[in-house]
Amino acid sequence: MVTRHVILRSLSKVLIPLIMLFALYVQFHGDYGPGGGFQAGVIFGAGIILYSLIFGLPKARMVFRLRVLQIIMASGVLLYGSVGIATILKGGNFLDYNVLAHDPVHGQHLGILLVELGVGLTVCSVMATLFFLFTERRRREDV
Amino acid sequence: MIDILHIILFVFLVAIGIAIIRLRDLFAAVMLAGIFSLLSATLFTVMDAVDVAFTEAAVGAGISTLLMLATLSVTSSEEKPTANRRQALIGLIVVTFTGAALIYGTLDMPSYGDPDAPIHHHMAPRFIEDSPEEIGIPNQVTSVLASYRGYDTWGETTVILAAAIGVMLLFATPVVSRRREEELLAPGEGSG
Repeated sequence: MVTRHVILRSLSKVLIPLIMLFALYVQFHGDYGPGGGFQAGVIFGAGIILYSLIFGLPKARMVFRLRVLQIIMASGVLLYGSVGIATILKGGNFLDYNVLAHDPVHGQHLGILLVELGVGLTVCSVMATLFFLFTERRRREDV
Repeated sequence: MIDILHIILFVFLVAIGIAIIRLRDLFAAVMLAGIFSLLSATLFTVMDAVDVAFTEAAVGAGISTLLMLATLSVTSSEEKPTANRRQALIGLIVVTFTGAALIYGTLDMPSYGDPDAPIHHHMAPRFIEDSPEEIGIPNQVTSVLASYRGYDTWGETTVILAAAIGVMLLFATPVVSRRREEELLAPGEGSG
């Protein structure tokens, strides 16, 4: 695994940062073009999975710790929910972003940005975790 | 011109569907399923549903293909041939009946692109006319998804989290320390 696939490894070293950068673009450009938190999370997760396919599961698990991923996936939903709670505390309905800022349109922008970020965090970490758990099971059964 | 493109893409989809059914090699079937998703994404793009196409390409062709491959590496990549003809016949009857019911259901649906379709007269005009002032972002799909339907999207995100928790409960095993794991792998050598 280490010495073989030289072309794959060197190409993916260039590609994986670009994939992750593209995911961030999709995440924060969702207001203006197609895309949003869900798609961005899936693309970022695919970048993580590609890394573990090329460089092996142990290395990937060292970079993306399962415990950290678990915290991230929960905090994504938590971020989404706390935006809703914040709108209630500021006097609006649940997830009514108008009250988040002085200008309702600015409030909507802020709310959508935060909410999409929450979706992206959860989806990305869930995808990576699912893949890790599936492949780790095989590794355990091999030995 | 667009109609011809639709027909070509649909014919490809049907051909790939039949090929997936007939294949015994599950690895090839997973790959074909990925191509199926990619073609569906093309179809959505032609139909101007760019956000749906994006999701289909990322999820259908990307992640689910990868997860299927990971599943194959846990199980087996060859389908066991079933000799039971009666079971196959029952399956065929169920599938034919369901397919016929679905086609019957489409008969009274408005035709594709019909401006008088009910979907274009209920909530859509409100979203199209008011979202530039109310939300102020160019992509109205995002406006609907994250703001007007924010509650639904929250539910979806929670469902994804719940799915991950389910897989973790099924797959994750008790944490074994690295030292203990080494002892298990090499009995007699890891002691000390």
